[in-house]
Amino acid sequence: MLLIDCPFCGKRPEVEFRCGGEAHIARPANPFAVDDQAWGEHLFVRKNPRGLHAERWIHAHGCGRWFNAIRDTYTDRFVETYKAGERPSVDLSEARA
Amino acid sequence: MRRFSFASLLSEALGGHQGWGRQWRAPDPKPSYDVVIIGGGGHGLATAYYLATVHGITNVAVLEKGWIGGGNTGRNTTIIRSNYLYDESAGIYEHALKLWEGLSQELNYNVMFSQRGVLMLAHNHHDDQSFKRHVYANRLNGIDNEWLSAEECKDFCPPLSISPDIRYPVLGGALQRRAGTARHDAVAWGYARGADARGVDIIQNCEVTGISRDASGKAIGVETTRGYIRAGRIGVVAAGNTSRVMAMADVRMPLESYPLQALVSEPVKPVFPCVVMSNAVHAYISQSDKGELVIGAGTDQYTSYSQQGGLHITTHTLDAICEIFPQFTRMRMLRSWGGIVDVTPDRSPIIGKTPVENLFVNCGWGTGGFKATPGSGHVFAHTLATGEPHKVNAPFTLDRFRTGRLIDEAAAAAVAH
Repeated sequence: MLLIDCPFCGKRPEVEFRCGGEAHIARPANPFAVDDQAWGEHLFVRKNPRGLHAERWIHAHGCGRWFNAIRDTYTDRFVETYKAGERPSVDLSEARA
Repeated sequence: MRRFSFASLLSEALGGHQGWGRQWRAPDPKPSYDVVIIGGGGHGLATAYYLATVHGITNVAVLEKGWIGGGNTGRNTTIIRSNYLYDESAGIYEHALKLWEGLSQELNYNVMFSQRGVLMLAHNHHDDQSFKRHVYANRLNGIDNEWLSAEECKDFCPPLSISPDIRYPVLGGALQRRAGTARHDAVAWGYARGADARGVDIIQNCEVTGISRDASGKAIGVETTRGYIRAGRIGVVAAGNTSRVMAMADVRMPLESYPLQALVSEPVKPVFPCVVMSNAVHAYISQSDKGELVIGAGTDQYTSYSQQGGLHITTHTLDAICEIFPQFTRMRMLRSWGGIVDVTPDRSPIIGKTPVENLFVNCGWGTGGFKATPGSGHVFAHTLATGEPHKVNAPFTLDRFRTGRLIDEAAAAAVAH
C-alpha cells in the first residue's frame, strides 16, 4: 500500500485516497470549435508513461480535497505532491519514456 | 515438428525421456521479414501461427523482449468464457471459445482446456437483473448461459456458502457450462511450436527500441537490441507496454496500464469443481490440475509498470473468498504476483489499423485477454495478411474513440472482467 503525502493533511495510507488519473488535461475552451479527432483525444487518449507521471488524487476519506502528484510508474514512488493550480518542481519532459 | 502421440510417449518413456529435444528453434534475426510481430505472448504467437497456417505467410518474426509467455500470458488466472453482453464482444469471444474447443488437436499440444463451467455469482438486486439480461442476450447470440438459483449454485459448486447472513450473500448465479480453464503456458508453447515448425522465427531477448518510417510516414522496420529489422507489415501485440511501443511511431493511444494481481494457494486434493467469479467483490477462483487454488484479484487504482500491486487489493479478495467459501479460511497462500494490463476507456480491445500505414495493433484486452487468445490471433492474422479487418474484429477499431461508436462492456459488466 502506498503512503501518500496529502498537501493538506500530511502522510496517510492509500486507502484514504482515490486516484483521478492523468493531471493537467485541459478541456477545450469551446468544445464546439474542435473536431472529432481533437475531442476524442481530449476524452480518451492518455500519456500512460513508464516513468514520471503527473496525476490527480483526492483525499476522499480525509480532507476531501483534490491535489496533484508526481509519481514514478516504474517504482510507484511519489516524487512530490502539490496543490491544484500549482506546477510541479520536476520537469516531466525529461521523464523516462 | 515431431508429432506427439501415444507411440512417441511410449518410446521416450523407454528411453528415460532423454530424447525430447527443443520444441522450437532460437534463430538469429534475419535482416528482413514480411511481417514482424512485436510481443511474444499468447496473442502474438497465435497471430504468427495463424499467419502461417491460414494465410501461408511464413516469413514472419515474433520479437519478445523477455521470454515467450513470460508476461500476462503466464500471469493470468486462465479463465475462458464467452458470455459477454454486446453482439460485438459476444462475436469475438465466442469465436475464440470455438477455437479453444479444438485447440489441443489442432496444435498437437495438450493445452489442458477444461470446460468445467464458469459460475458468476450475483450478490445483490443489480447483479440479479444484470446477469439475467446477460443470459437472455447470450441466448439470442447462440451462446450458452443459464440462470441458477442459490440452491442450484450450491449443487453445482458444493464449497459455496449460500447462507443469507454473510457479508456477500449469494442470490443466484449465471452459469456458462462450456466455459472453463486452460493451461496458460501450454498455450504459448503450443502456438510457438506450431508457428516455428512452419518457418516463423521466434526471437527472444530482443527488445524493440524504435519503429522506423519512410518519408511518406509508412512504417518500414524496427530497431531492436539485436539490430535493425526491415518489415513489410508490423503488428504490435505488446499488452501493458503498447502505449510505449506505439509512441515510437508517434501514435498516442487511448490506453492506461494497471497492475492486476493473482495468487495461488498450497496444492490440495481436488476440492473445487468449477470456476467461480464474483464481479461485485473482485474475486475469481478455480483449482488447477496441480491442486493449487488459483485466485484473481482486482486492479490497483493507479497506473503502473511495476508488475506488483498493493497488498490490500489481494486482502480484500481473500476476505470475500473466505466469506463465500468458509472451508478455505485455513488455506495458506504460496505466491502472489502482478501483471500489467492495458485498459481502454470502454474496456473492449483494439484490433486493427492505425493512422500509420503498415502498422497494426492488437491491444486493450485489459483484465480479460487470455480467454480470447486463439480468436484474437486468428482475426489479427487476417488483418495483417489482408490489410483489412476480419468481420469479427471490424468493430474493434482505434477510430471508435474518434467516432464515439464505443463497445461499452465496462458498463455492461459493471466492473473490469
